[in-house]
Amino acid sequence: MRGAPLRVYAILYLLFLYAPIALLPLFAFNDATIIAFPLSGFTTHWFTDLVANAALRQAVGNSLFIAAMTAIFATLLGLCAARAGAMARFPGKGGIIGFVMLPLVLPEIIVAVSLLIVLRQVLGLNLNNWTVISAHVLICTPFSIAILNGAFQNLDPSIEEAAMDLGESRFSAFRLVTLPLVMPGIISSMLIAFTISLDEFIIAFFLTGANPTMPVYIWGLLRFPAQLPVVMALGTILVALSVTLLIIAELFRRRGLARAGIKDTGGFL
Amino acid sequence: MTALIELKGVEKHYGDYHALRGIDLEIRAGEFFSLLGPSGCGKTTLLRTIAGLEEVSSGSIRIDGRDMKGVAANHRPTNMVFQSYAVFPHLTVAENVGFGLRRDPRGKTEKARAVEEALDMVGLAGYGKRRAHALSGGQRQRVALARALILKPKVLLLDEPLSALDRLMREQMQLELIRLQRQVGITFILVTHDQEEALVMSDRIAVMFEGEIGQLADPETLYRRPATKRVAQFIGKMNFLPGALSADRREIDIAGLGRVATAGLATSGEIGGAVSVGIRPETLAILFEGETAPRREVQGVVSEVVYYGDMTYYDVRVEGIERPLTVSMKNLIGRPVLDVGAAARLAWDERALVLLPG
Amino acid sequence: MGLGSFAKSEGGRAATLLAPPFLYALALLALPILAVVLFSFWTQDFMTIDTRFTLANYREFFDKPIYGVLLGRSLMVSGIVTLVTVLLAYPVAYFLSFHVPSHRKSLWLFLITIPFWTSYLIRVFLWKVILGYNGVINSGLIGAGIIDEPLSFILYNINAVIITLAHAFAPFAILPIFVALEKIDRSLIEASRDLGETRLTTFFRVTLPLSMPGLVAAVLIVFIPTIGDYVTPELMGGAGGKLIANMIQTQFLQLNNAPMGAAIAMVAMVCVTAIALVFVALNRRWLRGRG
Repeated sequence: MRGAPLRVYAILYLLFLYAPIALLPLFAFNDATIIAFPLSGFTTHWFTDLVANAALRQAVGNSLFIAAMTAIFATLLGLCAARAGAMARFPGKGGIIGFVMLPLVLPEIIVAVSLLIVLRQVLGLNLNNWTVISAHVLICTPFSIAILNGAFQNLDPSIEEAAMDLGESRFSAFRLVTLPLVMPGIISSMLIAFTISLDEFIIAFFLTGANPTMPVYIWGLLRFPAQLPVVMALGTILVALSVTLLIIAELFRRRGLARAGIKDTGGFL
Repeated sequence: MTALIELKGVEKHYGDYHALRGIDLEIRAGEFFSLLGPSGCGKTTLLRTIAGLEEVSSGSIRIDGRDMKGVAANHRPTNMVFQSYAVFPHLTVAENVGFGLRRDPRGKTEKARAVEEALDMVGLAGYGKRRAHALSGGQRQRVALARALILKPKVLLLDEPLSALDRLMREQMQLELIRLQRQVGITFILVTHDQEEALVMSDRIAVMFEGEIGQLADPETLYRRPATKRVAQFIGKMNFLPGALSADRREIDIAGLGRVATAGLATSGEIGGAVSVGIRPETLAILFEGETAPRREVQGVVSEVVYYGDMTYYDVRVEGIERPLTVSMKNLIGRPVLDVGAAARLAWDERALVLLPG
Repeated sequence: MGLGSFAKSEGGRAATLLAPPFLYALALLALPILAVVLFSFWTQDFMTIDTRFTLANYREFFDKPIYGVLLGRSLMVSGIVTLVTVLLAYPVAYFLSFHVPSHRKSLWLFLITIPFWTSYLIRVFLWKVILGYNGVINSGLIGAGIIDEPLSFILYNINAVIITLAHAFAPFAILPIFVALEKIDRSLIEASRDLGETRLTTFFRVTLPLSMPGLVAAVLIVFIPTIGDYVTPELMGGAGGKLIANMIQTQFLQLNNAPMGAAIAMVAMVCVTAIALVFVALNRRWLRGRG
């Protein structure tokens, strides 16, 4: 296959990917309640409305809390699994890792439904932020493992042994040598888990308690046409935020590679 | 000299895999000792059990009179140079070399001086501030050496340290390691699969096969009087001829060569039953016009010629011997290279024969 | 080897480390799914659950045509979305792997993944803005004088659902194919050319079969989650575009009939798993047939 037509195709494909997102800022700053063309003028009052909306502020607060907790716990679990993955084999290891990675290929609604049954009907718990966190940790852990696997597999296994040979205990060898080398992976994993959790709707809609998360709140807004420009403004902010987080995650990943002295070959997954 | 390291009946199992089988070994203080063998023979495992990176399944290891059972790597008087060098990529050269000094009570400036001295010793003076991942393979190796030697271990363990270097660099580092070992006087244990490297560098060599020591000797004994066919094959090249001992064992009838008194043959022990006779290619010679054999001579036909520049290797078919004999000849001035099919008179000498079991 | 020495060995330490993520997934994934299985054999009796074993939910599923229609439609939509997404994605992955210089690859991957990381709900809604009655396409076409009346067939039907999902899952399809293509030893391609194949036949005889693992991964990673999506059909599908996930959601959250919802989820999951396994098996056979 030749390059030039493929290049044109790839660029058109990128345009297709970006088409919806390009509209966001247009309508976020458009001085009209109806989301349609033609545009009617520049305004920033959708952003001021956004800030003034107390319910939304609370939803954002909930989501940030959930995302932060998810990032921490998913990365901790991912750290355990990825480190174990880089170590010696034992019977059943492949199967266990495959099982932990399963949420990656499970329809999210199955995760949502099964947890709802257990939490509400079996355990009789009230839904709250922690029920959402528990589910988000489950679906984010495979992503953390994938990212951290990369970080651990780039490590020369004799590096930790060298530290122990030079007088460090097993734990301090991990702390002094392995941890700094995989730290970029840890940060990158936390940022990715944070981003996934912040945006997750399908599960959160089932498991959210009296205080909705941000996507659940947005879902509610989508039914009221008058609120739509505010959603656009919020969307614009979210896009900017996730792009920033992703760039930071990517920079950390690259720094990790550079630290380990490895040539860059790919992206996140 | 007394034994610095004593291994008694060391066994190592990985599940069903039997990696080390009853290793008994004594390594003396100050010697350059090599563990030589093909890949998978257990030499690296043995080194790692001495380092404390692997636990033995049974048997004992004593270093400097102390039993090492339950002593972790960080508490053993050994340091290791890893095959991959394992230079910490996130630290500078100086930080790498000073890594093991963290618990050292000396002050900062004294430690810095020690690091500088260690770097100087391995020829890296002035490299301290460089990032480790920007170094070449040879430089990393030197960092790994300095990092281990700065802790003044009783034993330095080297796991195939030269295998990743190109030939020229490898030969240079071989000489440098010998110099370094003499300078610091520390016991070196080298793991290698390269017989030439082991012969060049070591005071003594243990040849290992399948988790066992095949022969333990100094380089010359190993080369001249290999204990088994296997050792003989692994170190240098050797022709094997079947032989039959006479009833009183005073004589041996060698296929194609005839009867020889056993008294003059090199052996490494009492041999009975089925025997073979080994001849190194360089102890055979093709006789050119006008030359006569100082001792014995046999007639043959050249069946293969391999030209190496300084040497030529010939395969010579001799009646009564199943496989052709390999003969190596120096390409001296005026000496022609023979063609396949040429008649060749071979000179041989019973003093160069090795009597082997099997 | 005794248990004590296993705990101290490297394998043992690996097992200890793996325990927390394993137990977490056991408690929050395996047991809950078991609960779903259990619930699907129970019935909702107004406010309480009747825990007598019954096949009533499954009987209802197969007796009432609506469930079968929804499941069939879901599988069809997921199938079409998968096909469209993977077919559109393959050339992009190929371009990325074979024609983009290696120092630019990260940038391209980054550009492709960014849209995926932005709020899913808002992305879906934006497609509504593009395809809607007063949307970008309609107002554009009217403005250009091509049509007088806004087109109505592009929103609130299955087409809109398919377009939106194909967009949402694009990076999921590109990444595994790209990874598989990257792994192909370039000298294999050269060897094929050297042995007399053209660019095109080389692609079909060497590149495509070698990239098959990535293609299979892409298909599964798009097909399986799309079955579980209820947002896109809800927002884009209109009355005739509802899918099985909407029904599960309705049973659980509006009708408060968890057992029925569990039964529907079970049937859907079994169907998806079966289709995925058959697909993987067929693919293996095809590859072996060639080898």
